[in-house]
Amino acid sequence: MKSRKAAERREFLKTTGVLTGILAVGGQFALLAPTRSWALDLHAFTSEQGEALLAAARTIAPHDALEDAAYAAVVHAADADALRDAPLRTSLTEGVAALGAGFARASEPERVAALKRIEAGEFFQRYRARTLGVLYSTPLAQAFLGYEGEAFTKGGYLLRGFNDLRWLPDVPEADAGPTLKSGA
Amino acid sequence: MASHSLKDDGVVVVIGSGAGGGTLAHELTRRGMKVVLLEAGKRESLASFSQEPGAAFAQLTWLDPRTSSGTWAVAKNSPEMPAWLAKTVGGTTTHWSGVTPRLCDWETQARSTYGQIADASLIDWPIPYSELASYVELAERRMFVTRRHGMPGLPATNNFKVMYAGATRLGYHRVHTGYLAINSQAQDGRGMCTQQGFCIQGCKTGAKWSTLYTEIPRAEATGRLDLRIQATATRIEHGVDGQVNAVLYRDAAGQEQRQKARLVCVAGNALETARLLLLSESAKYPHGLANSSDQVGRHYCHHVLGFTVGVFDKPVYMWRGTSQAGLVEDEVINDPKRGFVGGYYLQLVNFDPAALVQAALPYGWGRDQASVMDNYRNLAAVMMVGEDLPRATNRITLSTAKKDSYGLPVAHVHVDEHVNDIAMRAHGRRQMSRLFEAAGAKRVLHSEGSPAATHNLGTARMSADPRDGVTNSWGQTHDIRNLFISDGSTFSTAAAANPTLTIVALALRQAEYISRQVQAHEL
Repeated sequence: MKSRKAAERREFLKTTGVLTGILAVGGQFALLAPTRSWALDLHAFTSEQGEALLAAARTIAPHDALEDAAYAAVVHAADADALRDAPLRTSLTEGVAALGAGFARASEPERVAALKRIEAGEFFQRYRARTLGVLYSTPLAQAFLGYEGEAFTKGGYLLRGFNDLRWLPDVPEADAGPTLKSGA
Repeated sequence: MASHSLKDDGVVVVIGSGAGGGTLAHELTRRGMKVVLLEAGKRESLASFSQEPGAAFAQLTWLDPRTSSGTWAVAKNSPEMPAWLAKTVGGTTTHWSGVTPRLCDWETQARSTYGQIADASLIDWPIPYSELASYVELAERRMFVTRRHGMPGLPATNNFKVMYAGATRLGYHRVHTGYLAINSQAQDGRGMCTQQGFCIQGCKTGAKWSTLYTEIPRAEATGRLDLRIQATATRIEHGVDGQVNAVLYRDAAGQEQRQKARLVCVAGNALETARLLLLSESAKYPHGLANSSDQVGRHYCHHVLGFTVGVFDKPVYMWRGTSQAGLVEDEVINDPKRGFVGGYYLQLVNFDPAALVQAALPYGWGRDQASVMDNYRNLAAVMMVGEDLPRATNRITLSTAKKDSYGLPVAHVHVDEHVNDIAMRAHGRRQMSRLFEAAGAKRVLHSEGSPAATHNLGTARMSADPRDGVTNSWGQTHDIRNLFISDGSTFSTAAAANPTLTIVALALRQAEYISRQVQAHEL
């Protein structure tokens, strides 16, 4: 029974494509990762489809200095969505096909034009929302934007800069509240 | 913690464990009554609250589908999620930001103050303001609201410094870090706010008041509370005398259970409260419980909301610190010369990057939107919360298109914005733009239309005349003596204030009333 389940799982997770990349030298994660190269197995899309989705994500939210590995998280999420939801898989596959064969390698103005043509459609609307939601939740994108995230494990921002803005006047205590003096 | 028998017809069944239901359960149990508290969600804790925003959202949010229609932007932007509510022990008090301004006297007399307004169904609250105010003060003391009763205010965050500079330069006078049910000092067995900025993900220090770790454990300590989690109420039953006598619910395994009841208090938030009353239709009550006036589900209000983001050329780090510790009260006036009746607050707000781009920025993609995100460190944000006008046609009905996992129709939410709401939003946007420009913003952006509602009001409203509403001033339904409504559904009108403080105040008042009535054998 156990081995049959494992076999089914292997079938379920059959690799249909792969995305690969290299973390930038001196980038935030290259120092921590065991190797600089990364690979993402795809289970619903071919490598070409994956590359088109990655290029679409980069066109929707273009940050030149943000590594491909962050955008690959969007493709990973779309791949998982497609595996769970057959109609969505069709929508994604057809949407990618509508972008044309050369989309992933086209110039940015060409990619923008291709996406504008399908902007009103379901594929773009869903993939845009997925891109923004997933991309900006990745540790890579958050570090890139400077977002410091949860602070509970560090004792909050109370002693870590919640009120360190100095380019505007301070708020009188009557309109705010007592603050801990530094070193107190 | 007690375990009451399903056949015990002496218990009070409270449906929903949020601000209204959680508070009521505590107040009734400490007065000696046996309470079964049904909560559709699971029980989290300070330790289990996730601090990953996406996971926290999934952990606390009511994700079962709803449907929506009407001219409001929500029907287009998030049709299956017209409201962002919690489904967890503590309800929306796990996820709220702790903002607790008081209703104004004139707001509770909306019909008298604003006069007859076309396409609006205004009434006055049936409670004398002085009486409501005394329970509001009781609620403030219980929730340790800042800047009230000697409680210190919370300190100014970077984000608030921007708001304060802009607001005071605009000439606003009542600008401060706000009234918040968030500890500015350790008290009530809970710590002080450590400026985590994760209020809505569940406050891991418990500095923010929630029934999850205040009212509910205290009710359990009486030995008279039976809290049943993952218990979804599906129907309230009644006897031949027309009085309610039992609640049907699905337990965690999906099995149907039937709890007998002496009286039933519904506190499922305005959408689910109205839905449950409508789902409980019977031969005697063919339009649903407490609905002889045909008012259940109508007059749905959700406040005029809007987010505004200012882009600066120096860092703000808006995510650091208490999410909503900032308030401008000056626009909470009734001055029809502004082009609308009623008032609105400006409130501080902050966003993680994913929430910012999805909820607070206008629709967009490509280089322009990315350039705003590139400036994430340099962004400040405010929002408006204003009174929307009730309309009989803005209402919760049972969906004809979608059913839940038990085969029951989900709530359908229809809203056509009143011209007054549209005029108020335009005024608020203008003021928020001017505020950020006064603080030196190089660009200002507004959210698209109205975001998913978090304040849900009016769908079983209190009325002096039974023809105008569903309950009397104690939340007791006009039609059925032992059926009570104990959440924001009972608000006669929306007012501008965030509703939780008033919901708690009304629950405290209702508990006293129920207790008196039970002792007098009236219930």
